[in-house]
Formats: sequence, structure tokens, C-alpha cells
Amino acid sequence: MIAQNKGKLAVYWAASCGGCEIAILAIDEKILDVSKHFDIVFWPCATDGKVRDVEKMADGSIDVCLFNGGIRTSEQEYMARLLRRKSKVLVAFGSCASEGCIPGLANLSNRKEIFHTVYHETPSTENPKGVEPQHVTDVPEGKLYLPVFYDTLFTLDQVVDVDYYLPGCPPEAERIWDAITAILENKLPPKGAVIGANTTVCDECPRKRTEKKIRKFYRTWEIIPDEETCLLEQGLVCAGVATRAGCGAKCPKVNSPCIGCYGVNDGVVDFGARLMSALASVIDSDAPEEIDRIIREGIPDPAGTFYRFSLAHSLLRRKKKVPDEE
Amino acid sequence: MKRVSIDPITRLEGHGKIDIFLDEQGNVANAYLQIPELRGFERFCVGRPVEEMPNLTSRICGVCPEAHHMAASKALDALFHVDPPDTAKKLRELFYSIFFATDHTTHFYALGGPDFVVGPEAPKAERNILGVVQKVGLEIGGKVIKMRHVGHHLIQMMGGRRVHPNWGLPGGISHGITEEQRKEIEAAGREAIEFAKFSLQLFDKLVLQNSEYVDLVTGDVYVHKTYSMGMVDGNNHVNFYDGMIRVVGPDGSEHAKYHPADYREYIAERVEPWSYLKFPYLKKVGWKGFVDGPESGIYRATPLSRLNAADGMATPLAQKEYQRFYEVLGGKPVHHTLATHWARLIELLFATERWVELASDPKITGRDFRVLPKEKPTEGVGCVEAPRGTLTHHYATDERGLVVKANLIVGTTNNNAPICMSVQRAAQKLIRNGELREGLLNKVEMAFRAYDPCFGCATHSLPGQMPLEVRIRDPLGNLLHRLRQNID
Repeated sequence: MIAQNKGKLAVYWAASCGGCEIAILAIDEKILDVSKHFDIVFWPCATDGKVRDVEKMADGSIDVCLFNGGIRTSEQEYMARLLRRKSKVLVAFGSCASEGCIPGLANLSNRKEIFHTVYHETPSTENPKGVEPQHVTDVPEGKLYLPVFYDTLFTLDQVVDVDYYLPGCPPEAERIWDAITAILENKLPPKGAVIGANTTVCDECPRKRTEKKIRKFYRTWEIIPDEETCLLEQGLVCAGVATRAGCGAKCPKVNSPCIGCYGVNDGVVDFGARLMSALASVIDSDAPEEIDRIIREGIPDPAGTFYRFSLAHSLLRRKKKVPDEE
Repeated sequence: MKRVSIDPITRLEGHGKIDIFLDEQGNVANAYLQIPELRGFERFCVGRPVEEMPNLTSRICGVCPEAHHMAASKALDALFHVDPPDTAKKLRELFYSIFFATDHTTHFYALGGPDFVVGPEAPKAERNILGVVQKVGLEIGGKVIKMRHVGHHLIQMMGGRRVHPNWGLPGGISHGITEEQRKEIEAAGREAIEFAKFSLQLFDKLVLQNSEYVDLVTGDVYVHKTYSMGMVDGNNHVNFYDGMIRVVGPDGSEHAKYHPADYREYIAERVEPWSYLKFPYLKKVGWKGFVDGPESGIYRATPLSRLNAADGMATPLAQKEYQRFYEVLGGKPVHHTLATHWARLIELLFATERWVELASDPKITGRDFRVLPKEKPTEGVGCVEAPRGTLTHHYATDERGLVVKANLIVGTTNNNAPICMSVQRAAQKLIRNGELREGLLNKVEMAFRAYDPCFGCATHSLPGQMPLEVRIRDPLGNLLHRLRQNID
């Protein structure tokens, strides 16, 4: 696509932690290759591009936009729509933009509860007058504005049309480079695809696997697992079995269970359902009551465990709305 | 004064913003630092298994996930009533020292340093890491990149991942190091000490040998006589990983020295309607508005504050630099905000010395890096110094270990009010009768850059080099000038 002329690249973040930006910078000296092939027209974290300049660009004039972070405020929604319009290819970059990530767990709650906890309930907050942040505040010198905080955290594709997804929290530098290479060599998969491997973390994990038969799930603080056997076989809820490969099984390599940050494989609609069915199949019991007890005792927070990274994009999506919200 | 109307749709950046309002004469009437985002971790952590906290809260900030991971792990120790073995504590502190050295390097060379290295009056396009490399040479640029690369490599080796480690547990960590890895870490640490020494020499040469810069640092534009907060060890020396929290007054006398678990007796947070970020202050002194002095509970928690709040550094080279720092700047405490850059480099040296000290200990390769908790989880506070200030995590659980309450007071949040005040003061001192030169305005920016504000942490949404826009308006609300850092 950019054989002769340099392409135009944009990078933006919305409701994210900044880890995706750090991950891009972690491709180290390859960033020079990127700048050889692309003009970076907008990357607030690293360069001095301006939103106003983006607004002035012709629609579709950015070749590729890597967009990380979910959509939680009115400003973020504006930026998502603007960059969609200006970009030929929009990539949901990282877990937040793709599936909501950890901030998506806020969808188990709502704006009212979040404000109540943060501005009233937290033990160090002193707020006798019950002040909450406002969209508009009058101060002696004028008015001050804050963007609207939405009731729900949205993934990028719930707000605009997305062309590709790059999974991971954050994506590993090597996989970022793979994706950039695919773009450079014009070897992109069909629209809507996840750019990455379609195997699971288990396939990358060096641990020994035999037959999985679980009578009890353990919390991570209840046992010290051996360093060579499959963590799931040892009764830890390792999400590797349901999680897309790409990281090189980094967490199991330091004796920690996979937490599922790379999301689902192609064709799987719901990460939580996939992980639940995988776990159910290794429980060594046929009695429904016993299976129920094993899950209840070992996994006391199914929503947070099975949908740790993917709640906002799952079939569940969010807590049921009550009528007075939004 | 007329009302200013700002269309929120044009305020696109979703980053920290400061509005500076000018009066009829073109002098500064007031300044507001606004944080336009929130993610609500304190709410959605409720209901989660508490052992998830090191992994969930690290997503508050991808720039300093190590700090949240560590504060959370320490909160788990307290909550499960378990004391990690010495090997675990050493490994955690080693990991943390490497992280600190890496993070402080980034700030000095890429974010705060350019103001001094290439100069506050230099064109904006040169005031960045590339400008620094141009000024000091490619070799030094290479050193900086290598320092960061090695730091991230070691962080991944120990904690599993470069960004968002998965390592901390109540009672220790999930994985130790081999003798081979120890040697690699030690060797890298020795190089890191040399890098830190070199950085201090560079600061000396570029800033301290330049009377114009010294005047800038010690002048009355960048000064606030606030309380200072920092963590100290048993000898009242600076420590990043563990200790008591010490607060000294504007005159340097001890205001408080408390165990992190007692933070609620000492810190309170105020809510303002115009920012999503709260404003912490010293509870026993009270909130008196955006003012400094002994009667105002506003405190700072920065590298400078940590030096002020301590009696010295725990390692020999850093201690020498510490003494020199106060000799040159006229005794303790120092209230010159720009001296924070120098303090940060002294901390960099301390972090690298501690890194080598810990990595040289043959016992650190022991297999006893974890004990299982035996008691039921209840409630716990975990505290570390994050690069940008004291970081406190506080959780309570039910008997199954599900979180029922979470409270987080993060590095940059401590400095929310002081940053606002610093910008206002610099603006008041520098902007007179509506004169708005570029170099002058950069000097206003320098007031907040010294804090290395990370609103990724504070708002739970943005990267460490705080994107910030400052808008200067006349009494009619007309936009006169914008200043930007890393945004739009």
C-alpha cells in the first residue's frame, strides 16, 4: 500500500493506562523502521501533532490508526469518531479498545455507584457537602467544563467500525512488530480479523501436561504450585486454555496462572463461556451438585474471573440498567 | 470578572488541562488544573478476589504498573497477616529499585531534563529527547536507551512481563531468580550506578555551573513552602519499598511519622466540582484552600519531598550527593520546585546502589521466596513510594477474601493541589500585563513538569508523561495562548 510514498500513521489513546504506548516504544530500534515507512501524523504521547490538524485532514487520509483504550467519556467518543473518519484502517489496539480490559469491569457497576464510592464512601474522602464533579462549574473567573462520564465503558467497535484487532494487555512488542510488518507488506487478513496467532497460550506453554482431573480449584494464595506441571492440573484457574497465543506464556513461566489478557481465538464469541466450558470439562465429577460446589468454592467471583478482560465486549456486557440512568 | 465559556466539544484531548484566567490588566487572576477522567477502580475492585488486586490495579497505570503491583502485594501481606520471607522482601525491593532507576531515567532525559539540557528558551521542537541527544551527543542518547532497555528486560525476567508484571502474592512472590540471573542483574546494576553518576555530573555541568539556571532554580518563581512527605527506613533514610511515612513541616520539623496503616488519621481528600481528581491534604492541619505555609494542609510527595522528609540516604554515594544538595541550596528543607529534578537524580543514584547491594547478596537466590498465609483475610494497607509520590492501597475483604472496600491514594494525586499552585504562582510571576512570550510560557510549563505528573495514575487513564494543555484567557474569556505538553 505504501511502496512508493510514505504512509501516514496515527496512534491515539482513550480510557487506557498508557501501557500500550509503552509497548509500542518497546519495539526499540525498530521504531526507526516504522518512521522509515510512515509519517507519524498524530501520536499525542510521543509527538506534537494537534487535534485541530487531524480535524483539517481529508477523510480517509490517515493510512493506519492504532487506537488504544476504551470509550468512557464524551471526549473519547469524539476522538474515536474523528479518527475513524480520517483513517483508512482503524486498528483496535490492545485489550481495552478490543474488549474493554480491566476498566471494563466497571460495567459491573454504573456511574452513580462509581461516583458514590469515589467521592463519598472511600475512607479518606472528606466531603461533608456532598460535592461531585460536574459537567459545568461556575467559578468566579468563568466556567469550567469536564467531559461527560458515561454510564458504561464501551469498546471501540461499539462506537465505530473497526477494521482489525490487536490483542493483549498490552500487546507484546514482537506481535506489534508482526502487525506492522503485515501492514507494510500488504499481507493483512480480511477485515474484522484479529491480527495474531490462532493457537492458545497452552500451545506456547512449556509446562508438562497429562490428564486433567480437578477435584478442587485453589486460590493462588492457597498452594505453591510446582514449576513444571500444568497449572490447571494443579487446580489453579489458569486461563491459558481459552486464551489466544502471542505472549509466549510469560505468566506461567514465572509460575503465575495466565489471566487471559490476549482474549479469545477466532470463532469464539464469548471468552467467559469458553473458559467456563474448558474448566467444566476438567472437573473430575459427573454429579451436578458436586460440580457446582467445586466451582462455587474455588471460583467465588465468576464474573470477575471469567470476564476479567472481556466483560465490556462479552455477551453479558454490563450490569442491568435501571431506568433513571442516562 | 466575566464568565468564560468553553465549548466542551472543542476540549478534545481528554487530558489534564489548566485554565489560567487573566484580569483586566492582563495579570493572572487564577489558575485551575482540571483532570477530565476517571475509571472507578475503587468501585469495580469491590467483589473481586483480593489476590487479583496486584494484577487489576497495575492497570491503573502502564507507566508505573510496578508501583501498583507492589503496593497491592504489600496490602495483601497485611490483609492475610503474613510476613514474607527475607528472600521475598529482597527480591521485591530489587525489582522495585530496577523499576525506579528505569523510570527516573525516562523522566530526566525525556521529560523534565530537556528544559535544562537544551534550555528553557530553546524552540519547542528541540525541547525533547532528540534535542537532548543532539546537545549532549549520540553516545549519551545510546546510554539512555540502553539503560531503559536493560531495566525493562530485568523487570520482565523477574516479574514475568515488561508491562504489567504477574508476580506478587500475599506472603511473597511467585518466582525467584537463579544464580546466573543474579549475576546478570548485578552486572547491569554496576553499569547503572555509573550511568547515575554520569547523570549527576551532567546535571552539575549543565545546570549548576550555569548561573542563569541556578538563579532560575533558586529564584522566587518556583517556590512553595509546603509540608513534605516521604517514606523512611529505621534510620530516617529514604526508602522506596518499605518503612514509615514521615511528614515534615515547611520549616523542616517533624509533623508526623506514621505507619502506612494509619494513613486515614493523617490524610484526607477533598472533592472539587471541576475535576474528577480529588485533592489530598494533611487532615490534622486541615484544608485552607490552594495556599502554602504551616497553616495549610497541602503537602507535596515528590523526590524533593522525600529528601526533605528524610535525614539522609541509605547508600554512600547518594548520601554524599544528598549532603551536597543541601549545602548548595542553603540547608533543609528545600522548597524550590525545580530542585526536584536534581533530587530525582540523587534518588536514581540511590536506586542503582540499592540494586547492586541487593543483587550482590548470595542469599537472594534462595528458594524461600514465598510462604502461604494461615489466617483469614481481613483488611490491609500497602504502601510504597511511587516515583511520583507516596502510593497507598487499602483493601478490606469478607471472610472468603472478596473485596468489600478499596481505597487508593496514588502518587500524582498527592500533588494535585501543589501542581495547581505552582502553575498559578509561576504564571503570576512571569505573566505581567498580558505579555505572553514563548520562552516565558515554557517557564510556566516548567512549573508542572518538575512534578513529573502522571495522570495515568491519577485519573487512572493516561500515560506517564502527562499530556497537558494550559489555556490563558482574558477577562472576556477569549483565548490568548495555549501551552501544550505531549498533546493534541
